[in-house]
Amino acid sequence: MPEQARPSSGPAPAEGVKVTVTPAAGGRRRVSVCAGTACVFAGSMKVRDAFVREVEAAGLAAAVEVRLSGCHGLCSQGPSAIVSDGDVYYPRLREKDVAGVVTGHLAGGVPVDKLLYTDPSTGERIACAHDIPFYRQQTRISLRDVGLIDPESIDEYLARGGYKAARTALTTMTPEAIVEEILASGLRGRGGAGFPTGTKWQFARRSPGEVKYIICNGDEGDPGAFMDASIMDGDPHAVLEGMLIASFAIGAHEGYIYVRAEYPLAVKRLRLAIAAAQERGFLGEDLFGTGWSFAVRIKEGAGAFVCGEETALIASIEGKRGMPRSRPPFPAVSGLWGKPTNINNVETFATVPWVIANGAAAFAAIGSERCKGTKAFSLAGKVVNGGLAEVPMGSTLRHVIFDVGGGIKDGKQFKAVQLGGPSGGCVPASLLDTPVDYESLAATGAIMGSGGMVVADESTCMVDLARYFLQFTQNESCGKCVPCRLGTKRMLEILERITAGKGQDGDIEKLDTLARGIKKTSLCGLGQTAPNPVLTTIRYFRDEYEAHIYEQRCPAGACDALIAYAIDPEACTGCTLCAKKCPTGCISGEKKQPYAIDQSLCIRCDSCRQACKFDAVKVTSGPEQIAAAVAAQAGA
Amino acid sequence: MPRRVVRSDAAPADPRGNGDLDVCAVATLVAESDPHGNLIALLQRAQGEFGYLPEPVIDEIARLSGLPASRLHGIITFYAQFSTVPSGRHRVCVCHGTACHVAGASRITEALEQELGVCDGDTTADREFTLDSVACMGACSQAPVMRIDDDTFGNLSADRTRKALRDLRQELGLQPPVGAAVGEGGEKHA
Repeated sequence: MPEQARPSSGPAPAEGVKVTVTPAAGGRRRVSVCAGTACVFAGSMKVRDAFVREVEAAGLAAAVEVRLSGCHGLCSQGPSAIVSDGDVYYPRLREKDVAGVVTGHLAGGVPVDKLLYTDPSTGERIACAHDIPFYRQQTRISLRDVGLIDPESIDEYLARGGYKAARTALTTMTPEAIVEEILASGLRGRGGAGFPTGTKWQFARRSPGEVKYIICNGDEGDPGAFMDASIMDGDPHAVLEGMLIASFAIGAHEGYIYVRAEYPLAVKRLRLAIAAAQERGFLGEDLFGTGWSFAVRIKEGAGAFVCGEETALIASIEGKRGMPRSRPPFPAVSGLWGKPTNINNVETFATVPWVIANGAAAFAAIGSERCKGTKAFSLAGKVVNGGLAEVPMGSTLRHVIFDVGGGIKDGKQFKAVQLGGPSGGCVPASLLDTPVDYESLAATGAIMGSGGMVVADESTCMVDLARYFLQFTQNESCGKCVPCRLGTKRMLEILERITAGKGQDGDIEKLDTLARGIKKTSLCGLGQTAPNPVLTTIRYFRDEYEAHIYEQRCPAGACDALIAYAIDPEACTGCTLCAKKCPTGCISGEKKQPYAIDQSLCIRCDSCRQACKFDAVKVTSGPEQIAAAVAAQAGA
Repeated sequence: MPRRVVRSDAAPADPRGNGDLDVCAVATLVAESDPHGNLIALLQRAQGEFGYLPEPVIDEIARLSGLPASRLHGIITFYAQFSTVPSGRHRVCVCHGTACHVAGASRITEALEQELGVCDGDTTADREFTLDSVACMGACSQAPVMRIDDDTFGNLSADRTRKALRDLRQELGLQPPVGAAVGEGGEKHA
């Protein structure tokens, strides 16, 4: 993680706080192995163990600290490690590479050239993390410490200026002044809807009542979004500090963090952070000697997407079924247990300390006219650099996907980017120059959402993607209101028959009518936005719907019911590899002669195509095209 | 899904064969929790204790807390985390997030369904494996991914998935693979 990517360097440690360990201080060098989810899947725990082993074996245990860090951000290059001397980034490490790094770099002082990051566009090796284009093009505010600090050490957070903003806010500012500052910064809710945070705080502050609550919404349920998880398990104190500042501004002495059931690591790190903050006097009674008290509790979700909606979330904290209710009254007036409640998203809270520390003007100087500051995205799908990216508001989608994200994998063509998960939509190539801000994205039919960005290439079927999201929302619909409960079901049935090749004339129009009705009449945000993936794909990729319905053809070659695998006799060398991989034994032929696939037995598992080194296994779609490809196979 | 709730005064034996189910622990759980204020946390603890929420446990919580069993069932059936059926010894969980979906997660699930002989969401007859799917594990850059208990597998193909499961079965001494191993195998990481 590049220090330079930060918009401002970390302020000095908070006054009066004893710092026992400072990063890169005391002459002890450090290897930070990424413990972000994707890296763990790629095997970072084994890499960490190997580092510990090798460092010990090399007699460097006293001089080198091996530790885990939060997400480094460039997830597609995982498992990665950063060596503190020179901020050298080692991507895609395997256990057997580690000895080389220890002897060559840590003992020998020379970075191991062959293990360094290679820029895919220039082929050049880059040693320093902050020189890698993916990092160089980012402006990190909410992610400022993620990947840099040990999330389980409050001292490392303090060393980077942690809790200094809270001290400033509580000891030198009035609650009104804090609200004014947040208003002036132009910060808007990062959970998706983009409501001005300062205004929300003002409502809660002005709302009459002795008892008020703060809730941090960590129920990040959009499939394909993991920014909030990365903040919660990479920099938990930033969230707590933001909540503390908000508590003082609003007048709440109790806060809850609602964490999604699927994020056990975030729960663990937040618990440790709360305990550490209590011990050091950043949570509890008489904070900073001001007499202010604030306590934070964690509520673990039990697995329901709709609980990301604020009224459903409140019901869930109260121990009930997480079903939304109609608003007003808004939570600012009547929220948790009927008391005024302020709910913000994880990223919003993590941004607050930065705004207080650096001033509203510094924040407002970043971003676009209507949207200030930065937004974190999780880049995933068919993009070269998958991972966490934070860019100024107003950057174009093209910039995020092609400059930061490095473009499309395997030299394929960009088709669309899916924004905002099940509530969002697909933006086509013609709109790549759309600036990333709430209004511009809403104009395309998509939404900013919480920040999931899944890139689709030519092999992604847009009808199937719409079906996927509808299946998701249908499954997660709480069932309280009819349009969402039944309407999404009917839409899903139509999409299922289209992708099964049984689409009917008029289906597109039916989908459109249902979608508009559901949007207008659903009770909560889930239903009101559920049709977006369908509406945007009809709007930009109507031809794909028509191909499925009228030609029984899936242009992307992705819908199982409409495709066939066949072997191109011209390209096949008869190497037998595909036949060995086939789980149903439906590929046969003479050695060194072209092979053929028995269509009646093929289950379309894609194993043969992935195994083939000669690109001889072809996927075709459409009755005529399939007939031709099958007829061309050897022995046909 | 509506479920029939059987009520009786004596705690019945677990209908699913777990005859020695001891519901005594429920009393401690209820005493230590706040069933009226936070029923979800109580049910989470009960599930942690029993591995799932058997009918007798639900009834016992209802009896001791004075809450109607329907209220408990309302919550249990609403949240995905709760289960009223016991799961297998090993949980095979495939990610079906957006990135995994476009990378072919359905093929991973299909391969596992064939390999295990069960449908998604079901448990094998020998109670060894439960096949499951989740909406997103947040490991999008390694898509498609799956988890078997605490082991994580990334960049899967149908072939590597089958191999991973066969390896595990062999490791557990369950069913030695027939002939030579098929496929190159996914790298397994603890």
